[in-house]
Order: sequence, then structure tokens, then C-alpha cells
Amino acid sequence: MALLEAVDITKRFSGITALDAVSMQVDDGESVGLIGPNGAGKTTFFNCLLGLLRPDGGAVNFAGKNITRTPVYRRSQAGIGRTFQRMELFAGMTVRDHLLVAERSRLGTGRFWKDVLNLSAPSAEEQSRAAATLGLLQLDDVADAPIESLSLGRGRLVEVGRALMTEPRLLLLDEPSSGLDASETAALADTLRAVQAERGTAVLLVEHDVEFVRRFSARLYVLDFGTLIASGSTHEVLDSSEVRRAYLGETV
Amino acid sequence: MTEFLTYVIQGIPYGCVFALVAIGLVLTYKTSGVFNLAFGAQAFVAAAVYYDVHVRHGWSRWPALAFVVLLLSPALGLLLDVAIFRHLRTASPIAKLVASLGLLVAVPQIVTIWLGQASTFGVVGIWWDDNALYRFGGKYVLDGKQMAIVVSTVVAVVLLGLLFRFAPIGLRMRAVVESPRMTELAGVNSDRVSAFSWMLSSLFAGLAGVLLAPLYASLAPQNFTALLIAAIAAAAFARLTSIPMALLGGLLLGVIQALLSGYLPPASVIAQSLKPTLPFAALFLLLLFWPGLRSAVQNRDPLSGIDPPPSPPVAASRGKFLTNATRIFGTVVVVGALAWLLTGATSYWVGIATTAVVLSVVFLSITVITGMAGQVSLCQATFAGVGAFSTAQIVKVFGLSVLPTMLIGALVAAFVGALLAVPMLRLGGIFLSLGTLAFAVMFDTLLAPLGWVSGGARPVRVPRPIGFVDDRSFLILCVIVLVIVSVFVIFIRRGTTGHFLHALRGSETAARSIGINPTRVRILAFAVSAGIAGLGGGLLAVQKNIATKEDYSYFLSLFFVVLVVTLMPSTVEGAINAGVGFALVPEVLKLVGVSASWQFVLFGLGAITYARHPEGVLEFQKRKSLAAIEKRLPERWRGPGANPPAPASALAVPEPAGSVD
Repeated sequence: MALLEAVDITKRFSGITALDAVSMQVDDGESVGLIGPNGAGKTTFFNCLLGLLRPDGGAVNFAGKNITRTPVYRRSQAGIGRTFQRMELFAGMTVRDHLLVAERSRLGTGRFWKDVLNLSAPSAEEQSRAAATLGLLQLDDVADAPIESLSLGRGRLVEVGRALMTEPRLLLLDEPSSGLDASETAALADTLRAVQAERGTAVLLVEHDVEFVRRFSARLYVLDFGTLIASGSTHEVLDSSEVRRAYLGETV
Repeated sequence: MTEFLTYVIQGIPYGCVFALVAIGLVLTYKTSGVFNLAFGAQAFVAAAVYYDVHVRHGWSRWPALAFVVLLLSPALGLLLDVAIFRHLRTASPIAKLVASLGLLVAVPQIVTIWLGQASTFGVVGIWWDDNALYRFGGKYVLDGKQMAIVVSTVVAVVLLGLLFRFAPIGLRMRAVVESPRMTELAGVNSDRVSAFSWMLSSLFAGLAGVLLAPLYASLAPQNFTALLIAAIAAAAFARLTSIPMALLGGLLLGVIQALLSGYLPPASVIAQSLKPTLPFAALFLLLLFWPGLRSAVQNRDPLSGIDPPPSPPVAASRGKFLTNATRIFGTVVVVGALAWLLTGATSYWVGIATTAVVLSVVFLSITVITGMAGQVSLCQATFAGVGAFSTAQIVKVFGLSVLPTMLIGALVAAFVGALLAVPMLRLGGIFLSLGTLAFAVMFDTLLAPLGWVSGGARPVRVPRPIGFVDDRSFLILCVIVLVIVSVFVIFIRRGTTGHFLHALRGSETAARSIGINPTRVRILAFAVSAGIAGLGGGLLAVQKNIATKEDYSYFLSLFFVVLVVTLMPSTVEGAINAGVGFALVPEVLKLVGVSASWQFVLFGLGAITYARHPEGVLEFQKRKSLAAIEKRLPERWRGPGANPPAPASALAVPEPAGSVD
């Protein structure tokens, strides 16, 4: 059974249909891309999956459960992690603390009485798990630096790391290459592949950069004007004439 | 039917004043994103100056009125825009609210320093004959003051409508709200547009002030603050966006108030307390149940994403040498002061020191809610009052000993805080602040006067705990409580709760995406904060041996927030500084020989800097000077922070206090 299954998701904004019965699925450990021109409804769809928007019709199933009406934080607990197109980091926190906060949230062992008795310091195990993720993302050298001192590319990696600490079964990446230059993008794609190889997390990638998608995703969905216009293996989709017309603006 | 219409007509003048203020609030909110709490203060300025020039300087009515409403009030609005709010355009809604809160505290005091104590002002109307009676249909009567209000409101509203309908500035005003910089790209001078809207709304404030003054017996800033809060209800009714709805909301409020006071038996408790409470109850209920308010757009500049992030805190990590040096210095000061207080000082200074310590405890509650949770609560003095009254009543009724009862009082306050947080947190942002303000005023007018709360006319007395009766030993007790609460706060900040709150403050969306339940953590923060305030309030009552409602009024809540936010809202040290400042600044002013009003001016204007320095001005200056000292130290004593500044960040980190989506 599919890990994530979106069935006929429909979303309207005051009369405009942003999404028209869009369905897709992602299997365990798979790497799937979602592309489309600006205004195609990618972000709206993403937000429906995450619970930031409530779809007007359709259902989102995750690991066999209907999560269409589940609050955002519960979806994380169920195993959905994400990154953000516009960086959402915790100002004034170190990189390591970003990971430790996520780890504590996953464990759910934070208790108020422990705080009061000063017993909430991260355990050795939490520390070593954070260190492992820092190593995986090659962030060791900035582990204790304030987040403000990081470059955009490494900030993205912190977001990936923070999401990974919650041990997601599915990682949603929202335009991770935006704002990065070509070499940073290539490095990010390599790192993400390494992450997937090690953790076996399924990844759904929303992306503009076709090169990035080609490097990273095995399968693709294409959205245009709120409807799914193509799906299939990455090279098939990218070579299909309809997609080239809609997305790449080419006349065939 | 006749009776009904009489009451309706009686209510209309009040409704008109509410409407004028509400329209002004909506105007500034729509065009600058500022929820202008200083509006009441602007109205007060107009009323005071009108009295001054008309009565004291003998100007005749019309020149005086024209000067105040058409010249002075717009000028004041222009000043506020140019000097303050223009620079806050991209600041978070909370930062803007705090700036206007500072003005609300400071401006009336500036007026009293300038023109003399408010109690010496009389009131004078603008109508030819204030006491003339006008009849409608032979039965319904309005006097001159009321006629003045109705006629002026109609004229003002019609002119405003024409302006929006026919002048291009109306469209430009709306564009500036969306994004001042985008509007500028389209060739509109957004500074000029925003200045115009500030002048316009200030004119409404001036008009409301002059019209309202004759309805009260004397000219007091509190009346205008109460008017402002009442008008917030009308503005909330208009979802802060629709001017016609603001007008309607104001009128409805006035009429309902008149109907209530007409039909309820005048002597009944309900009539006595319900009528003055109505606007606040209405605000409270509107905030909770009025659809659309929750989703009311909290202005966010679409271009703010490209803003450089706020400069990183100066020398956040400083060298070991300097850390130890400041610690030793601090310890010496504290121990020295305590030694002097416990041996040499007069009881007068012991009293002042005790106040400082007790208030520090109360201010720690603001450290938790504002510094850690990033929410601006405007009812902390009310929570302190809940703690104080509970302590006093339980000791009196059940005869429990004082020390454990103070803890019970704190728990009661924490419970009230959690209960209030549940609906308030759904609102978030400035609506949370307004809701807490409504709660504070409601508590003041509805609950605090009751016998079972404050003892009514005869306030409840509380003894000091056995063993701590004399002033010096009581000071020791207070210091012990402060140390315990400080450690408590530090542990919470270091713990899971503190980190979750930090994450929520940084980015609520991201915090939720890693599984943090924002409501749960914030309710906890509210309860902890209210509990600490309750404990501090109990301590204050015990210090004074009495729990009086004046010690916990909503105005103090406002002043507390302004004070703590000005100094350093995010650290325990900051709360203690604020406590010392609260007790000591009046003494210093006395020493220098200037009016005690200056403390409100000082801290009120200080709060404006919150937008630029969310860590507090004092904290900012401290970091800056410590960084400067560190630079001069020999190499081996320096810490990592003094080395070349961290590279400018490429991340667009949102304002710490602004995460209120």
C-alpha cells in the first residue's frame, strides 16, 4: 500500500479553483518530484498535504490513516517531515539546538516538572543522535554556531536535519534549490541522495529546477492550472511534448 | 415604545463618540498596520488644550476649536508618523502595538507636565449653549452637548465618505497598507500617503476628545483610555477594516449601553456594574466569537522576505574573563546593597528595596510571557490582583497561615491564566493583547469592587507571616522568594518548555512541522506567567498588609509591560532591573526635583524602541558597552565574540516577536 495517498484533492479560493481533483501517491522509500509552472497549484497542494490548508474536497491518507483533518503537529508525529521554501529557522538558536528541539518533540518526553527540577538537559542518546545527523549533513563545523551565521545553502540543510530528527517516513521538500546557485544546488542534491540512501526516507520534492529534479527524482507529477497533466518516470515525463509545452514553454 | 425611543436617542451621542474613535482606529490600522492604542491619549491632548486656550487664555470658541481640531491634532498625528511609526512599517504588529502602548502611557503625562495636573482642568463644551434642550417629535430630548456630538459626527463622517469616494488618495491609502515599498515602486510617495492618514485619524481623535470631555465631570486621562478601549469593541466589530461598520458598531454600542441603563433597575448590582463594563464585555465576546476577526489579515509586507535579518545580538558569547568580571561585580553590588539594607538603612529605604524585590517577582511573569513566549499580555497586574485577593480572602475566611496561602493564591492565578489562555490563544498577535486588556478592564470594573473579591469599600487586611513581621526580615523573605522564582524561570527556559517556546517564537509553522503543539505549550506559558504574577501580587499585599484594587489596576498592567519591555524583556536580570527601576526612579526624580510623571514619560517613550531592540534598550546598551570593553582587553582575555563580526546572514529570519500567523 502507498505511504502517502492524496485522493481528488480540490481547493478553491473565492471562486478560483486552485486544485481540481488532484491525486497522487508516494510509496515507502520512493523519491517523487512535483513540478509545474508558477501558479500551477504546487504550493497549495503541498499545504493541503501538510494541513496548513484544508482541502474543499478529497482526502489525504498517510500510512493507511485518513489525515485530512489532522492538525499539523500530529502529522509530524505520524511521520511527515518538511522543509520550507522561505527559510523558517528558529532565530537565536544554535544549529545543534534546532536538532535537539526536534528530537525532544519526537520523543515527547518533555515534562514540565522535569524542567522545574532542571532535569531536561539532552540525554547522551539525544546528543549522539543529533551528532549523527550533523555528520550526515556535514554540519559538524557549525554545530554550535548561531543560526544567523549560516549561509542559505547550509540553512536549508539545517531544515532538512531538523525534519530528519523527527524520523519522518516521508520528507516533503518545498523548492529546496530556490535562492541557491548551481554548485550549491548540486551539492544539496548529492547530500539529499546520501540522506535517502542512509535513512530510506520517502521524499516528495516540489521544485522549479528541472536539473535538480532530473538528478534526484525517479518519478514525476506535473501540475498545470490546478490539474495533473502528466505523471510517470522522470525522463519519460520530461521528454513528453505536453509537459514541454506547458512547463518549459517549448513549441514542438 | 416612547420609552424605548427615548433610551435609543439618549444612547446615540455616546455611540457617536465611540464611532469617531473607532473610525480613527480603523483608519490608522488600515493604512499603517498600527493598532494605535495612543488614540485615547491624542483625544486627551485635544480636550486639555481646548480647555487651556478657550478658558485659561480666553480664546473664543470657534478659533479655539479650529486650532485644536484642525491644526493641533493633525500636527500631532503627523509628528507620531514622522517621528515613530513611519520607521516601524516593516516591524511586527506586536512591536507597533508596544510602541503605541508606550505613547498611551507617556503622552497624557507630558500634557500634565506641560499644562498642570489633570484634576485642575474643568470641562467646556463646544455648543452655543451646553444646557439648551432640543426636542424631537415633542418628546425626545437632547441637550447642547449631545447635539454638538451628533452634528459633528455626521459632518465628519460625510466628509470622510466624500474623501474616500472622490479623492485618489483613498485608493493610495489602501495600496500603502498592502506594501509601502511596492506602492513606491508604482510611483506613489507612500510617506506622504501615510502622513495624510495619520493626520486624518488624529483629527478624528481630537474631535472625539473635545466632544467627549463635557460628558464627564472632569478631564482625566483614564476617561479617555476607557473610551479608547470601548471603541476597540466597535473597531473589532468592523474587523478593523470597514469604516461604515465601525460607525455602526460605535452607534450600536452607545445605544445598547443606554438601553441597559434605562431598563435595568438603577439600584441593582447588575446595572451598577454592567453598564460601565458593557464595552469591554462586548470587546471580549467579539474577539472570541465574531467570525472573520481571527482570520483578519495581520499585515505582512510581501517584500519583507527580502529584508536583511535584524543584526545579530552584539557579543552574545563573550570571553570568560569578562563574564567572570561582570559576575563578580554584580555579586558585590547585590551583597553590598543587602548588607546596607539589613544593617544601616532607614526603614524608608528598606520599604523601597522591598517594593523593588516584590515587583521584580511580578515582572518575572512578563519575562515568561513576553520574553520567552513572545506574547504581549496586558493583564499581568490583574493576575497579580487575583493572587493577592485570593491570598487575602483565604487567610481571612479559613484562617490558613500566610506563606502556604500565597502559594494557593499563585495557583488560583495560574488557573485563571490557563482558563483565559484557551480562548485568547486562538486569536494570537495583537488580538491576544487586546483580549487580555479587555479582561483586565472587566476585572477592574466588574469583579474587583465586589465584597468577596477585594472586600469592597473595606479592603481585606493580610497579616505578615510569623517570623517575618518586621520590615528587615520581610525583605529577607522577599529576596528568598525572588531567588526561588528566578531559578524556576531559568530552569524553565533551559528546559523543554523554554526550547519549545523559543522555537515557536522563531517560527510557528516550523515548530508545528516538527510536532510541537503550539496551544499546549503556550497555555502552559500563560499559566506559569499568571502564577508568578499571582505570587508577586500576594507578596505585595502581604508587604502592605492590605489588598486594595488600586494596586492591581489595568493601567499598572500597561505600565508594567512598557517598563519591562523598555529595559530587557527576555532575561531574569531584566525583570530585576525593572523592579529596581520601578521603585528607584521615582526616588531619583524626587531627588532631582522634577514631577513623578516623568517616569511614565521616560519608560513610555522607551517602549517605542522595542521594535528596534526586542531584547530591550538596557540589554542592548549593556551588550554594546561590554563588547567595546572586550575589544580593549588583551588578546588572551577575549572571548570568541570579540573576534571579527559574524558574516552577515543570508537567512531571512522573521522578527522574534512577530511570529503570529
